[in-house]
Amino acid sequence: MYKLLLCTRYLRTRYIALASIVSVMLGVATMIVVNSVMAGFGTEMRDRIKGILSDIVVETHSLDGVNDLDAHQALIQKAAGQYIDGMAATVEIYGMLSFQYAGQWITRPVTLIGIDPESKSKVGPLVDYLQSYHSVMDNAGVKQPAERSKDIMPSWELTEASAAYRKEWSERQRWFQEQLRQQETRPHANGDQPANEDPFGQANADFPAVQAEATTPGQLLPGRLYMGMGLVSFHHKNEETGVMETEMMARPGDDVKISTITAGRPPEPAHFNATIVDVFKSGMSEYDSSLVFCNLEYLQKVRGMVDPASGSRAFTSIQIKLKDYHDADEVVERLRAVFPAGMYSIRTWEQKQGPLLAAVEVESAILNVLLFLIIAVAGFGILAIFFMIVVEKTRDIGILKSLGASRQGVMSIFLSYGLSLGMVGSGVGTMAGLLFVYYINEIEGLITWVTGHKVFDERIYYFPSIPTHVDPFMVMWVSVGAMLIAVLASILPARRAASLQPVRALRYE
Amino acid sequence: MTLTIQRPSASARETVPLKKPQIAAVAIEKAYRKGQMQVPVLHGVDISVSKGEFVSIVGQSGSGKSTLMHLLGLLDTPDVGEVLLDGQRIDDLPARTRDELRNRVFGFVFQFYHLLPELNLVENVLAPLMIRHSVWGYWARRREFQDRAKEIINTVGLGHRLSHRPSELSGGEMQRAAIARSLVARPQILLADEPTGNLDNSTGREILDLLHRLNEQEQLTVLMVTHDQAVAAQAHHIVRLSEGRIERVAHAA
Repeated sequence: MYKLLLCTRYLRTRYIALASIVSVMLGVATMIVVNSVMAGFGTEMRDRIKGILSDIVVETHSLDGVNDLDAHQALIQKAAGQYIDGMAATVEIYGMLSFQYAGQWITRPVTLIGIDPESKSKVGPLVDYLQSYHSVMDNAGVKQPAERSKDIMPSWELTEASAAYRKEWSERQRWFQEQLRQQETRPHANGDQPANEDPFGQANADFPAVQAEATTPGQLLPGRLYMGMGLVSFHHKNEETGVMETEMMARPGDDVKISTITAGRPPEPAHFNATIVDVFKSGMSEYDSSLVFCNLEYLQKVRGMVDPASGSRAFTSIQIKLKDYHDADEVVERLRAVFPAGMYSIRTWEQKQGPLLAAVEVESAILNVLLFLIIAVAGFGILAIFFMIVVEKTRDIGILKSLGASRQGVMSIFLSYGLSLGMVGSGVGTMAGLLFVYYINEIEGLITWVTGHKVFDERIYYFPSIPTHVDPFMVMWVSVGAMLIAVLASILPARRAASLQPVRALRYE
Repeated sequence: MTLTIQRPSASARETVPLKKPQIAAVAIEKAYRKGQMQVPVLHGVDISVSKGEFVSIVGQSGSGKSTLMHLLGLLDTPDVGEVLLDGQRIDDLPARTRDELRNRVFGFVFQFYHLLPELNLVENVLAPLMIRHSVWGYWARRREFQDRAKEIINTVGLGHRLSHRPSELSGGEMQRAAIARSLVARPQILLADEPTGNLDNSTGREILDLLHRLNEQEQLTVLMVTHDQAVAAQAHHIVRLSEGRIERVAHAA
């Protein structure tokens, strides 16, 4: 009984112990905040890394691809049909993208992925990333509502607004070309030279994009693209308002040039013009600044992947969506048994992005170790303060012993004192940490406002706000760990207190 | 009171115990270690006290009187010799048992009161009972204990100060609180180490009167260490210690 009473009294009267509580508290709060934010980033990262990838990808090693999609799909169905939800064939190839912006040609290396939007959206979240399905936000709020509703299947058609835009510039361009032709033909009216030059070859810098092959204004080219956001936009700071703005260099409705190689031997360069139909933003800057989705049939045609005799089309990979991702390893095993390893690589998306995911995990593990060391430091603080308190309480310990308190009794006073400090510290720390996590974006806003420096820059992460994810088990482990450390740190001082001889404790005044 | 050492008085042959001693020390030696040096404090002291006796131990500073009392009260262990309680050796008992004996048999009163500063008066007085009983045992009987404590506090005349902290009490009040604390566990033997040493004369007298009253009414055995002759003279017997030996035993008036 006296143990409880004294323990609570010490808790209420020893303010120095608050210092150690505060350090435990801060440690716990930091750990919870950092873990939650890391977990938030982790899940968000996983979502984004997964992004356009499907659960399992069967790829050919050769970029030339293989023929006979139906046979492959039948084989896959036979091997692991019961697990599979959907499949989509794609063609992947590297290429160069070039388009005109502000009077110069901009060239970017890209990965071209030929897809069929309908089957692709069955194996992975495509609609979620296409900008025409999202409302345009700016700092003031919704600037422009979404142009398409989510239940419309993605297609290679322009939205109304983009179509109008395309129509407008192509008409203007036509008119301009008309003028140009008249200017050119007038001097030739004398019959010196026929106008045999391709008038489209002299693209004027004033035109928004490449020369249109289309003849009717607003008509789309046969090549259609979903363009990665990062490829066709850049951020800049508005000097007047100081707000970060995204400037589009090419928009849906514009035309761009794509250069790639054919599938033949030797590979020959292949160029084609294509219309941007939509822009996607997955949030993974790696994808957003390198991927260009193209209509599969056209890409196959351009790359010469259509067998002229049979008309069968080659593909380079089959993306598979599973009913339950937990079966992924099983399915991979089965497919590997069917497809020869020398020709195909069969991987889950996690295996495909293994190093990146592993990096995130290692990062968070190291951070956890470091943060736990902080709490351990707090533990040493408790140790030191407890030693002080034991020295200060030497006389009282002597009194208790003279009144018949046992060694164990005295020890348990200090152990339970340590435990209650740990409990208070980790309790308050947990509360503080959870509150911090809950209001993290408000806090970020406040810090930004105070320092005038943007703490969380969405340009880097593409997240509109700081993502957090509170794992109850993590919170439990952190708080239990902190309590444990507090108890461990109080063992030594408690032992010392217990081993004090009552007489020696009482004798000196 | 019986003595096994030679009495300086004429009745030297009265070595046969008149009463069975309640607490006794036999040939006790104790030395403290100061670095490499052994500092002997007691060289073979024998003393025995019967139930209901009031004995004062006097001597100069460093004569070992406090040490003797601590040894009798099991606050310390002798190097040589035995401490007997009702004829049974108690100094070599296991620590747990000695803790138990300190709690149940002995009551201590110190010169510097030694109250716990975090607890108020009632809680201080109740401390021995809290130590004796487990949380549940104490909780179940807390009313009874509270009443007992208040009764004892009233006996020592502090009924109006129940919820005061030690720092809010005067020296005499603190010493009376300490006596109340030593009595709450209903001890058989009260060991008082200079109970009046820090108090002015009139307060000291009150404390002594209180001890006498307890000795007479409750048949409580009292052993009191003091260096004040006038205080010592009020006891039944006076044991004089000098340089770790019993110099003289006198029957007080």
